[in-house]
Amino acid sequence: MSVKNDQPDMNRRKFVGTTVAAAGAVVVAPGVLLHTVAGADPESRGASAKHRWGMLIDANKCAEGCSACVDACNSEHGLTGHDRPATDAQWIRAVKLKDNSTGHINRLVMMCQHCEHPPCVDVCPTGASFKRTDGIVLVDRHICIGCRYCMMACPYKARSFVHEDLENQSVNAPRGKGCVEGCTMCVHRIDRGETVTACQEACHDTGHGAIVFGDLKDPDSEISQALKSQNSRQIRADLKLNTGVRYSNL
Amino acid sequence: MRSSFNSIRRFTYLLAGAAFAVTSLQATGDTAVIKGSKAASMESCVAETNDIRRNHMDYLKHQRVETVRDGIRGAKFSLIDCVECHASKDNDGNALPVTDEGQFCEACHAYVAVSPACFQCHRTTPMQGNGSLGAVDLEQMKFQSLNASSLKEWHPVIHAGSESAR
Ligand code: SF4
Ligand code: SF4
Repeated sequence: MSVKNDQPDMNRRKFVGTTVAAAGAVVVAPGVLLHTVAGADPESRGASAKHRWGMLIDANKCAEGCSACVDACNSEHGLTGHDRPATDAQWIRAVKLKDNSTGHINRLVMMCQHCEHPPCVDVCPTGASFKRTDGIVLVDRHICIGCRYCMMACPYKARSFVHEDLENQSVNAPRGKGCVEGCTMCVHRIDRGETVTACQEACHDTGHGAIVFGDLKDPDSEISQALKSQNSRQIRADLKLNTGVRYSNL
Repeated sequence: MRSSFNSIRRFTYLLAGAAFAVTSLQATGDTAVIKGSKAASMESCVAETNDIRRNHMDYLKHQRVETVRDGIRGAKFSLIDCVECHASKDNDGNALPVTDEGQFCEACHAYVAVSPACFQCHRTTPMQGNGSLGAVDLEQMKFQSLNASSLKEWHPVIHAGSESAR
């Protein structure tokens, strides 16, 4: 690591020395090392490109009047509002789609679709909006300048801006005024080795079971099996963003 | 000339300040931890005290990149753990924010006149319970039992579909 302060970095030589001598590191050529990071502890494992996390939402099962997933998301991440729906943070919301020609109404929940080719990342001037190797799209609030370009670029209106000072945030989601935010696919749970998101858990508990979450890259996962066996679609598939969130019965 | 005189003067102030810092620390038994916080009952911080005093900001800044970008959690240096240990309690047993006047983080940051932005976003009191990160006991977590195999019960229709498709 780089220590950027006014003191001479006394640890640097020691660090270089011990790294070269580190057990398990293989010296391939002078200055080139091969390591394997010990993967036993699920807390330290980190994101991996071996996974791509995604969701399948069954619009038929998403029940009128239910807000279990929205409430669960809000409490999991400490999202509080000011009773101002136009500007309060919304990581997940229920929407109704009406087919004007037939009058048929679909209800479904929308959140960040965790695009494989995310426009929010393309437009971000600072690199704050980024995609993890496991496909989860996040905002690094440490470097977000709050310009909101990403909010304009997102075709799904999936991001919110925090307008007011906050306190008593959840440790699951540090968040504050002046930054943009959106659904994290409960990344704090995933990093802990969990494979159930707060919204999925709540939806299951109500008995609706409209949300399946899982690893799109694992052919045996529940979500991969479900996607294989039934018809599903991406919203605005014409944009070719290859979303991680898909919908059935839409 | 003028500017070098200024810098000498500033240096003198700095020395005076450092001397004051040392004496005031000695006066309180060479410790800045707040009585009644978890830290007060512990032998030492996660690293040697002088090291933490001098470099905690760099350790945390390094760690934040690994956590946010690479999803590496539970590492040695964590702001959640700082708060967990250093928050003290009021007479009713409620945790006091580490940013309150005279509390651990605030007292020192105010003394050295820095205003780090950490706590604009990060929680300033320990958080217990289901949603808590840090030293969480996975066994006790409700959703621990909900994994891929229990999903079969959740989505019998989908699962039946996938069985027949196989
Ligand atoms: S849905 Fe919007 S915020 Fe989410 S990855 Fe796609 S463009 Fe970005
Ligand atoms: S608001 Fe933040 S994340 Fe969004 S584009 Fe601007 S700097 Fe990037």
